[in-house]
Amino acid sequence: MEYFVQQLINGLTLGAIYGLIAIGYTMVYGIIGMINFAHGEIYMIGAFISVITFTLLGLGGVTWAPLSILIVLIVAMAFTSVYGWTIERIAYRPLRGSFRLAPLISAIGMSIFLQNYVQLTQGAKIKTLAPVVQGTIPLLQSESGFTVAISYLQIIIILLTVALMAGFTYVIQMTPLGRAQRACAQDLKMAALVGVDVDRTISLTFVMGAGLAAVAGVMVTMYYGVVDFFIGFLAGIKAFTAAVLGGIGSLPGAMLGGLLIGLIEAFWSAYFSIEYKDVATFAILVIVLIFLPTGLLGRPEIEKV
Amino acid sequence: MATTVIPAARPTFLAAAIREAALAGAVAFLLAFPLLGFALVDIPGGITVAPRFDWVVIATVAVFVGRFLLVLWRHLRPESFGQVFRVPKITAIGPFAVNDVIGWLLAAFAMVLPFLPIADRYIIDIAISVLIYVMLGWGLNIVVGLAGLLDLGYVAFYAVGAYSFALLAIHFDFSFWQALPLAGVFAAAFGVLLGFPVLRLRGDYLAIVTLGFGEIIRLVLLNWNSFTGGPNGISQIPRPSFFGFPFTRTPPEGVTAFHQLFGVDFNFMHRTYFLYYVILGLALITNLFSMRVRRLPLGRAWEALREDEIACRALGINPTNTKLSAFAIGAMFGGFAGSFFATRQGFISPESFTFIESAIILAIVVLGGMGSQLGIVVAAAFLILVPEFGRDFAQFRMLVFGAAMVLVMIWRPQGLVAHREPSIRLKPVDRRAA
Repeated sequence: MEYFVQQLINGLTLGAIYGLIAIGYTMVYGIIGMINFAHGEIYMIGAFISVITFTLLGLGGVTWAPLSILIVLIVAMAFTSVYGWTIERIAYRPLRGSFRLAPLISAIGMSIFLQNYVQLTQGAKIKTLAPVVQGTIPLLQSESGFTVAISYLQIIIILLTVALMAGFTYVIQMTPLGRAQRACAQDLKMAALVGVDVDRTISLTFVMGAGLAAVAGVMVTMYYGVVDFFIGFLAGIKAFTAAVLGGIGSLPGAMLGGLLIGLIEAFWSAYFSIEYKDVATFAILVIVLIFLPTGLLGRPEIEKV
Repeated sequence: MATTVIPAARPTFLAAAIREAALAGAVAFLLAFPLLGFALVDIPGGITVAPRFDWVVIATVAVFVGRFLLVLWRHLRPESFGQVFRVPKITAIGPFAVNDVIGWLLAAFAMVLPFLPIADRYIIDIAISVLIYVMLGWGLNIVVGLAGLLDLGYVAFYAVGAYSFALLAIHFDFSFWQALPLAGVFAAAFGVLLGFPVLRLRGDYLAIVTLGFGEIIRLVLLNWNSFTGGPNGISQIPRPSFFGFPFTRTPPEGVTAFHQLFGVDFNFMHRTYFLYYVILGLALITNLFSMRVRRLPLGRAWEALREDEIACRALGINPTNTKLSAFAIGAMFGGFAGSFFATRQGFISPESFTFIESAIILAIVVLGGMGSQLGIVVAAAFLILVPEFGRDFAQFRMLVFGAAMVLVMIWRPQGLVAHREPSIRLKPVDRRAA
């Protein structure tokens, strides 16, 4: 029982991170109907920028954890957003109206490019960061002596995710930008006709997605303390699975899917086999797409001539 | 009057060009600053950061100048710009005859390559590597180029072929020629197994699912220690023999070696030559198959399906079965290439079957011009030879691959080298004869 609760906490933390990445996939898919294959790399770049910033702050003598986390979040989001914006501008915008697989192939090329760019500039070795936040709060204790604990870091990750989701829902539901995004998701051409600046909306969508991925990158850096140039691939696939599971195009769905994937991964590793945890994720992706192609919260899509 | 207008217009244009270049330079600076400007360096007990601002300056200036020249060039040569980057008009017969000639010449060159004076062991080995990728490219082309299904997990079938040959040879003593068809059948079976449930999916979903499938196969190979040897792989895979006559200097009792059979002196190059001709033959079979199948109803259905699935349904083509056949046949050729790879290397491990490998094969198909047989040869040769001859370049290889995939999609989605041959050529009717 205690073990179960502990895995539940770990799974929720992991799921929050996947959920944040999944939002980037789901928003882009909702609006322009393409899989932004390079999104995992954006997250990886966010993680690298946060390691660099943490190290710089350490050298500069800023050691008070709340301040350094805040600075790192802002820096990582700002620079990663520029990456998101540029990728859209270079690799995707010229391809609108091209044949359907063109943006996906371009995105795969972009993903390979970014991976190797980071590998060449930062080296192929795993980078380890000293823990920024330490300490745990014990919650439960069993007779056998197993203690369920939630770390301060897990609390920070979950609270930050909740806050971002709230802010995000506000932007999508209440602001002119969110209205423009929802209009574009329904019908790009009609939105353009009624005066929505489609190019700007799509650019901002990429910027927002990149910002959230950067936050996920910061979280992962703090949580695991290790980063390498290849982390974006697997995290990207898992987050995409989360987006599909929740129903692609749906924001609450992306978060729900992320939490489910995080929980499944945690429980699978704990009770079955840790070697096959990625196989479990891929199998879920295949099964969901076959039996529930619209996901848990998605709308069915009808293809017409 | 007219002469005074043009100089007056120039400065404003230059100002616009500089503004645009400055914007690009500013973005480049923001991109380069965090990742180029600081390098993470390992030190005992942790990491530190080393500044590298000269790189940031170089990158910014390079982007500024590049963007400025591009804007200038577009402005000064608008007509030629349009011609270079617009899809060329497809003329019915002209260029394809040239392609045919080049194709035959290349095939003839490949046939005689081992007899040329330049052919040493190193050259032949590289040629074998190129041919493996050519074959994989042609095999994947059936799926991506002809049927229009983006398969990101093609390497899984390559792996299935390699492992089926290795396991059959080690546990059941199969020879290469006995195992080859079985490896193809196994790979095709995996293709059907994967394809049957997922081929109803839309194009980009299909791509992700095939990617997941490829990773599942790799992870299973990596973790199923008792069956596949896990991360250590399988070693001591039997080397190929000339239809039962081994390439050894001193064959075991009762076995005739290749050089004894033909009454020539033993030469260790015989085996390399033989491998070369085997892969050349396999590749040419793949090529012949894809050329011929396009004239058959099946191939026509693939291409029709690629263009418009709904119209195909209306015409009574069963999309699932048609796609499934493309998937299975593409997988089968991947399996053939895989068993050749296993016998050539003598050692296989999951390392050889990562997603990057799939991406390289896909890059070959995309850069070659999806559906063009000749383009794939050129792209494969380019992608394998360039890092081989420029070792310093090797670490930038994947970087350039990635960038090239993006640029090709933007500028020449029909491929760098050649374009797809049309399915039907309508010859002009000779009215005098009629």
